[in-house]
Amino acid sequence: MIDIWEGLQAAFWLVVTFDAELWAISLRSLQVSLSAVVVASLIAIPFGTFLAVQRFRYRRLAISIMNALMGLPPVVVGLMLYILLSRSGPFGVLGLLFTPTAMIIAQVIIITPLIASIAHQAMRELWAEYHDLLISLHTTKWQRIRTLIWDGRRNLLTASLAGFGRAIGEVGAIMIVGGNIDNATRVLTTAIALETGKGDFALALGLGFVLIGLALAVNIAIHWLSRTEREGRW
Amino acid sequence: MSNLFPLTMTDCVVRRQGKTVLGPVSLTVDQGGPTIIIGPNGSGKTTLLRVMHGIERLSAGAADWAQNDQGRQAYVFQSPIVLRRSVADNLRYPLQLIGVAKAEIEVAATAWLDRIGLSDIRNTRASRLSGGERQKLAIARALIRDPDVLFLDEPCANLDGHATREIEALLQETAAAGTRIIMSTHDMGQARRLAQDVIFMIAGKVHEKGAASDVLATPGTPELQAFLNGDIVT
Repeated sequence: MIDIWEGLQAAFWLVVTFDAELWAISLRSLQVSLSAVVVASLIAIPFGTFLAVQRFRYRRLAISIMNALMGLPPVVVGLMLYILLSRSGPFGVLGLLFTPTAMIIAQVIIITPLIASIAHQAMRELWAEYHDLLISLHTTKWQRIRTLIWDGRRNLLTASLAGFGRAIGEVGAIMIVGGNIDNATRVLTTAIALETGKGDFALALGLGFVLIGLALAVNIAIHWLSRTEREGRW
Repeated sequence: MSNLFPLTMTDCVVRRQGKTVLGPVSLTVDQGGPTIIIGPNGSGKTTLLRVMHGIERLSAGAADWAQNDQGRQAYVFQSPIVLRRSVADNLRYPLQLIGVAKAEIEVAATAWLDRIGLSDIRNTRASRLSGGERQKLAIARALIRDPDVLFLDEPCANLDGHATREIEALLQETAAAGTRIIMSTHDMGQARRLAQDVIFMIAGKVHEKGAASDVLATPGTPELQAFLNGDIVT
């Protein structure tokens, strides 16, 4: 209980004193996670919608694989990516290991199946609602996908936010491919892991509270900006 | 005169899960006044309409229009499907799909909003409309592309007398303007008010067909006589 209280105090002082390192780490966390969410959403939302409207031979298999990939262990993703990006790996020449880009790639791999799966579920329900109308209006496949994405944007936003929640709290993969390098790849989660390892529980807890506050703030801001649940609007 | 007609249906059969829900049906639909499809529940009225419009897959037979242009047909479903958009956006949508200029879309949408009496709530989301308003919106959205033929599946089912009267007036204006109306109903009063031709169906088959003045005044079969008397017909 004392640790939690000290953690809250530490979080409070880190925020009110505009601790430079905290700001840098927090901004890096946001930059990495938001970049990953944008890239993953650009892949996952059209893919999930495509799976909802298109019938093809291996569709069920594709959906099963997509759902199964939601449970990808981040540490294993990090390890695989480490091997691929290391000097001796096939993509070593790109020099991406221990950079924020590698961390973004790792997070994209982890959250894309999650966003695609939630998007697919939402789009499947909307497609069932719209199916007859869109067929009757003689729409092309692309027009159907665009219509579903536009009209289902609130649900898709939720899918992306679920991805953001997973990304901002992820530690295993980004620790491996980012290396937790000070002033380079250290983010809130890896900093928490480091401080916990050093035994500085108050600071670790403080960073934890900042992380929670950041995640909540982003969610609230996005809901507010997109005017979700406002009267008279979709 | 539309060059879509005649529609020639030859031995059309629709089977679902091994059960024949329509057919075999062979008939020809040509230019003319409103054709009303009547029959008890489950007699295949909706399936026949869907086959005519080309949104129901045939198990056997063929339904051929003189000119196959589904874009010049429109369909209004029994439970009106409204897009998760505003009333005005629902009207704009069919025109946006075919790339009509924005200014023209606005003119058409405003004219239709005035015509169906929904101008004051043009920015309200369509899901908040009453059943009658939704159905009027669905009919206006179907007519905004000025189709040659309009299919309606029991458009006044579950509507009160006032809404039914408004929709019937809209359909009579539409028919007078040259749009071919093919509609199903189980309301015999409505059939008498609107029909020029009648198709009577039982158990997935066309049982009787002809001019409304003949068929409804002097039924040719005991089944139609029983149906007109309000008896249960299977």
